[in-house]
Amino acid sequence: METEALLSGEMREYAIYFVVKLILTILVFTLWMLMVPFLIWAERKVVADIQIRLGPNRVGPYGVLQPIADAIKLVFKEDITPALADRWIYTLAPAMLMVPAFLALAVIPIGGAIHIGPRSFAIQIMGFYKGPGLYVPELDAGILLVLALSSLGVYGIVLSGWSSANKYSLLGGMRSSAQMISYELPLGVALVGALLLAGTLRLDGLVQAQAARGIWFIIPQFLGFVVFLLSGTAEVNRAPFDLPEAEQELIGGYHTEYSSFRFAMFYMAEYINMVTISAVAVTFFIGGYRLFANGFAWIQPIWFALKLVAVLYFLMWVRGTFPRVRFDQLMRMGWKASLPIALFNLLITAVALTFFPRSNTLVLSIASPVLAVVGFFALSYVIAERLARLTRERPRRATERCGAEVR
Amino acid sequence: MAAELVLFVILAVVAVATAVAVVVSKNPVYAVLFLVINFFALAMFYIVLAAQFIAFLQILIYAGAIMVLFLFVVMMLNLTGAIENVQDRLPLQRRAAVVLALVLIVEAGVIATTGAFRQAAVPAPVGGNFGTSGPIGAKLFSDYLLPFELTSVLLLIAMVGSVVLTRRRTD
Amino acid sequence: MLPASYYVALSAVLFTIGVVGVLIRRNPLIMFMSIELMLNAANLAFVTFARYQRSLDGHVFVFIVMTVAAAEVAVGLGIIVAIFRQRGDINIDDLNLMKW
Repeated sequence: METEALLSGEMREYAIYFVVKLILTILVFTLWMLMVPFLIWAERKVVADIQIRLGPNRVGPYGVLQPIADAIKLVFKEDITPALADRWIYTLAPAMLMVPAFLALAVIPIGGAIHIGPRSFAIQIMGFYKGPGLYVPELDAGILLVLALSSLGVYGIVLSGWSSANKYSLLGGMRSSAQMISYELPLGVALVGALLLAGTLRLDGLVQAQAARGIWFIIPQFLGFVVFLLSGTAEVNRAPFDLPEAEQELIGGYHTEYSSFRFAMFYMAEYINMVTISAVAVTFFIGGYRLFANGFAWIQPIWFALKLVAVLYFLMWVRGTFPRVRFDQLMRMGWKASLPIALFNLLITAVALTFFPRSNTLVLSIASPVLAVVGFFALSYVIAERLARLTRERPRRATERCGAEVR
Repeated sequence: MAAELVLFVILAVVAVATAVAVVVSKNPVYAVLFLVINFFALAMFYIVLAAQFIAFLQILIYAGAIMVLFLFVVMMLNLTGAIENVQDRLPLQRRAAVVLALVLIVEAGVIATTGAFRQAAVPAPVGGNFGTSGPIGAKLFSDYLLPFELTSVLLLIAMVGSVVLTRRRTD
Repeated sequence: MLPASYYVALSAVLFTIGVVGVLIRRNPLIMFMSIELMLNAANLAFVTFARYQRSLDGHVFVFIVMTVAAAEVAVGLGIIVAIFRQRGDINIDDLNLMKW
């Protein structure tokens, strides 16, 4: 009976769906993969520009072939496995870091809906597909997939640090994974404010919600955007938060003992993680792929790429500007600063939405972030002042009670 | 129907094999990783059973947070395998446990496949948004509001408790 | 769709493997992992029945079970770490101070 239905009706639609999704996956994945060499070159050029020097400029015009030269060098190096390393985990750990990094790109929408005859689908690997007799909706919990995969990236780091049989690697791995799990919380909570405004967990739904409310969520959720970028940078071990892989402190951290292609995998995974965080920031806060209307499906990926490059440039700018943050300062900032700010933002957003649920009131868009930022700083100032007064008064009271001078 | 049976068999074999590997393996780090694979297999089961929100929560919470915590503690304690080579308190305790477990499996299998559990009829298909975040959230905040609030208190207690338990006495 | 008995039988098998793990291993971490296996087997049964009764109560139960499991793991591992710091080695059979 199945063979009867094979090339007629529903089965044929399934086959077309499969082919369309396969082509879409290959195209979108290739586009994302092309970001990596571009980023390698761009980062070195941008950081060099900030440090008033030329970046790579020998290999190809303006050094654009530098990533290819790097890749060839890395592939031809000798592949060493330490003698005491746990062989299985040492081999699998880079893959455990890379696979979630790449998988997270499957839910990010880079374009709207394309209509070809009776069929329509979104430019998103796990996007919707609508054909005669077959409707496959978009993945409903898109952002949960991204958060879950970033949690899985911790395995790659801690296992590569542990299996290298090297004290510095173990230290780097433990530090890096502690940093990553500490910043997962502010990352998620910072996004919840935007999710409340959108009312859906789907990434495509977020882009449509920003269109429906008529404003990019960076304005009502400015505090959330700041916390998200901060936590995202810490989450991917980048910019001023890259202590676990710093050469001056820990040799190479968790990727010390890896050479050749395995090191290339770590390198690629870090850039892809950075791209994912930037892509989520663009989708959630800067309007995503939407140009002016829901049409123009062929130009929207270019507009999305422009926004993405802007956020990535900002991340590289931060890398070249700030000194490295010490590890205890980092953890303190994560738990005592980022998480309370994110929760406060969520509180203000929830209260504002309860009393002003309509989509485009001025109150929601302008007053609530102002209130959030001002209120937070006012509150922290008041609390800090009270605390300082308490600690200032205590020693004075003790000496007055004793009546004697302390020698 | 046939496709679902094939999927079920593959996932069930993976789940049972990794569960046995967790129980049997001498190296605790391998046991943690096998359990993570088991949780992935269970998450795929949840997707087959139209519970996609729960599937993502499984990966996010169980595989992504709880097992990372296990991995940290396993690496921190760094126990050798010598801990297992002790005598049983009761004679033949371990063999008896395995035999009785087999009896339990057979018994549970018989109960699960006969009587009230046996459903030959195909259940009705569920709606489009069954198992997504919206309806579950609606239920959590209306029918199950009290358990939801109590779990938040429970998590606070757990946080405070674990911080207090592992604090180093600096006196 | 497959009959519910397939999934329930699988849940029972996983639960039994978890019970065996608790009974035959002496390492408290592996015992803890077997307890997590038992909790997950129960979750699978909940989700199966939620699907076959077409009611979301099962999913809410699973949500709460996951939360409780997370809290339990945090406190339990804290206890294990505290005991390890005090005694230097953990073997379940030696932790019998409260035995009368």
